[in-house]
Amino acid sequence: MNLHEYQAKQLFRDYGIAVSDGIAVSSPDDAEKIALSLNVDKWVVKAQVHAGGRGKAGGVEVVDNIEKVRSFAERWLGQNLVTFQTDEKGQPVNEILIETCTDIDKELYLGAVIDRASQRLVVMASTEGGVNIEEVAEETPEKIYKAEIDPIAGPNENQANDLAKNLELDDTQSIQFRKIFDGLVKLFIEKDLSLVEVNPLVITKSGDLICLDAKINVDSNALYRQQEIETLRDPSQEDPREARAAEWDLSYVALDGNIGCMVNGAGLAMGTMDIIKLHGGEPANFLDVGGTADSKRVAEAFKIILSDESVNAVLINIFGGIVRCDVIADGIVEALTEMGVSVPVVVRLEGNSAQKGLEILDASALNIISASNLEEAARLAVQASKGEI
Amino acid sequence: MSILIDKDTKVICQGFTGGQATQHCIQCIDYGTQLVGGVTPGKGGQTHLDLPVFNTVKEAVDQTKATASIIFVPARFCKASILEAAEAGVSLIVCITEGIPTIDMLEVKLICDNLGIRLIGPNCPGIITPGEAKMGIMPADIHLPGKVGIISRSGTLTYEAVKQTTDLGFGQTSCIGIGGDPIPGTSFIDVLDLFEKDNSTEAIVMVGEIGGTAEESAAEFIKSNVTKPVVSYIAGVTAPSGKRMGHAGAIIAGGKGTAADKFKALELAGVHTVKSPADIGKGIAEITGW
Repeated sequence: MNLHEYQAKQLFRDYGIAVSDGIAVSSPDDAEKIALSLNVDKWVVKAQVHAGGRGKAGGVEVVDNIEKVRSFAERWLGQNLVTFQTDEKGQPVNEILIETCTDIDKELYLGAVIDRASQRLVVMASTEGGVNIEEVAEETPEKIYKAEIDPIAGPNENQANDLAKNLELDDTQSIQFRKIFDGLVKLFIEKDLSLVEVNPLVITKSGDLICLDAKINVDSNALYRQQEIETLRDPSQEDPREARAAEWDLSYVALDGNIGCMVNGAGLAMGTMDIIKLHGGEPANFLDVGGTADSKRVAEAFKIILSDESVNAVLINIFGGIVRCDVIADGIVEALTEMGVSVPVVVRLEGNSAQKGLEILDASALNIISASNLEEAARLAVQASKGEI
Repeated sequence: MSILIDKDTKVICQGFTGGQATQHCIQCIDYGTQLVGGVTPGKGGQTHLDLPVFNTVKEAVDQTKATASIIFVPARFCKASILEAAEAGVSLIVCITEGIPTIDMLEVKLICDNLGIRLIGPNCPGIITPGEAKMGIMPADIHLPGKVGIISRSGTLTYEAVKQTTDLGFGQTSCIGIGGDPIPGTSFIDVLDLFEKDNSTEAIVMVGEIGGTAEESAAEFIKSNVTKPVVSYIAGVTAPSGKRMGHAGAIIAGGKGTAADKFKALELAGVHTVKSPADIGKGIAEITGW
C-alpha cells in the first residue's frame, strides 16, 4: 500500500526526521490560508498523487506570491495528474501540499528497502540525489552506499557514521544524519514498511539536512497490526477494478489485451498470460481466484473481468490443489446463468475433483468450450478471441 | 531416495484442530505420512483424527519424537509458531500460511539459519516425496515416484510440472514449493544442492517467476555446482512493471526482476529453458533423451 507524500512526511515528523514545514489542503481557500500562515514569501506547492514523476508533469511548482498558490490549487484540485508512471487517465489530485521553500546547496539520496538477496533491511545513501536512482545504480553503482541492518541486533552506531562519511557530511550534518538514519530504521520496522525513499535529501544553504520528498510503501501483509496506517489508504489512487477485486480477496491486475483470465494461483495466472501471448493472443488481465474460491467469488471474478469492455473471450484455468474444481464449476455455471455472458468461455479443469467439475459443466447446456490441457486451452482461447471458433 | 522427507519422517501439525489443517492432515495421513500428533494451545490432552493434541510443540516433540512440523496457523501467529517449533528441536518446518509480514520473516529466517533448521515456505504448497509422504496441500494423485526433482516458487505451477512429468512416465523424487514471499525460508540454491546430492534424482525442474534475483543466483550456482540436467520455466514474461502479481514477492521493481533477465541468466548457465508452462515435461524429455 502506498502513502501520499504529506502522510509520509507526517510519519517522518513523528519519528524526529527533519522535513520542511507544510500542510496538505483540499481547497483553494485553505491553500491561501495555509500559505499565509507559514509566514514566508516563497512556497513549494505539490499535487498529491501516489505516482512518481509529478515534477515533470507540472504537479510541483515553486511560487513566490499568494495568487500563484491559489491558482495552482484551482488548476489541480479535482483534476487528474498524468505522469510517466500513470496510465493515460492519470490519478486524481484531492490534496495539495503547501510547503516552505528550501534553498538547496546539495542534493543527496536516502532510501531503505527490504533487500531480498541479503535478507536484511538495507539503508542506501548516495551523493547523487535528485536524479533517477535506478540509473545511478545501473551506471555508477559505486556511488550508492549501503548499510545492512541486523534483524535481531538492530543498527550499530558505525553504520550511520560510515554513511555520513560516504556522503561527505561535516560534523554538524553527521549528527543530523544519525538522527535521520535512526528515525528511518525505527519507522521502517515499527510501521512495517517495505520501501522508503527520500529523493532528494538536501543540504540547505545554511548547512542543515532536510528531507524534501518522502515516498513510503507499506507491507500490505502487516496492515492487520497497522490500523493507523490503514486509515491513510486512498482508494481514489487505485485502479477501481483492482480495488473491487481486493474487497473480494481476489488478486487482479488490468492489462491491455482482450482475453480475460481467471486462474487459481499467482504463478499459474502469470503462466496463463504468458502462454496466451505465445499463441498470438493478448491477455486482458491477471486474476488469481486464490485457494478458497467459492461460487460467489467466482461470480464476482467474472463480473470484474467482464467490466473491461475489451474482453471478447475468457479463459478459465484451474489446477485444483486446495480449491476443488467442482466448486469452481458450480460457480462458473451460476455466474454464466445469472449474468448471461455473451463472450466465449474456454475452461480447463485439472487436479482436485476435475472430473466432477467437467461433468457439471457438460450437464449445464451452457456454451462452454472445455479444453483437456493448458496448451489446448490457450490455443482455443486465442482462436475464440479472434472469432475463429 | 528422496530429499527432506520420507515414509519414516515423524510429523506434527501446528494449528492441528483448525478447518484447513484438519482437511489437509487427513489427506497427508491417507498418503502415508507418519503424522504423530498436533498442537493447538488450550486443547492439549484431547485427541483429533485419532492422534494426541498437545498445548506446546515442546511437549509434542518430547512425547512423539517428531522431527518435522507443518504449520497452518493464521499469519499473525506464524512468527511465534515457527520460532516455537525451531526452539522445540524439530529439524524441518513447513509453513503453508500466506500473508506473514516481511519484517517478521527477516528475524525468523535468521534464527532458523542460526539453529540450522530447514524452514520451507511460508506461502507455499509444501513438500512431497511421491509414494512415501507429503507435508503440504498438493493434490497427491498427480504424483508418481520417479527421477525428477521439482522446485518452484508457485504452488499451481508445481502441480503443472508434476502432472507433465507424471504423464510422460518420468515421475518425481521430491517436489518442493519454496513459496511466493520475498523472504523464503529455503532458496532455490538450497534445494538444488539437495537434489544434486540425491542419488535418485536424475534431472531437475526449476520453476521461477518475476521479482527478486533468486533465479539469477540459482543460475550462478548451477553453473559451478550442478551436474544434473536442469529445465527451467519463469512465469511473468507478460507481467507489467511495478505491479504485484498475486504473490508478495512477484513484482518487477525499478526495472529489476524481469522474466527476460532470469531466462537470460539461466541460459548463460547452460540451463534448458522453456517459454511455455506447458512445455516443462517436454523440456525434460529433450534434455535427457528419455
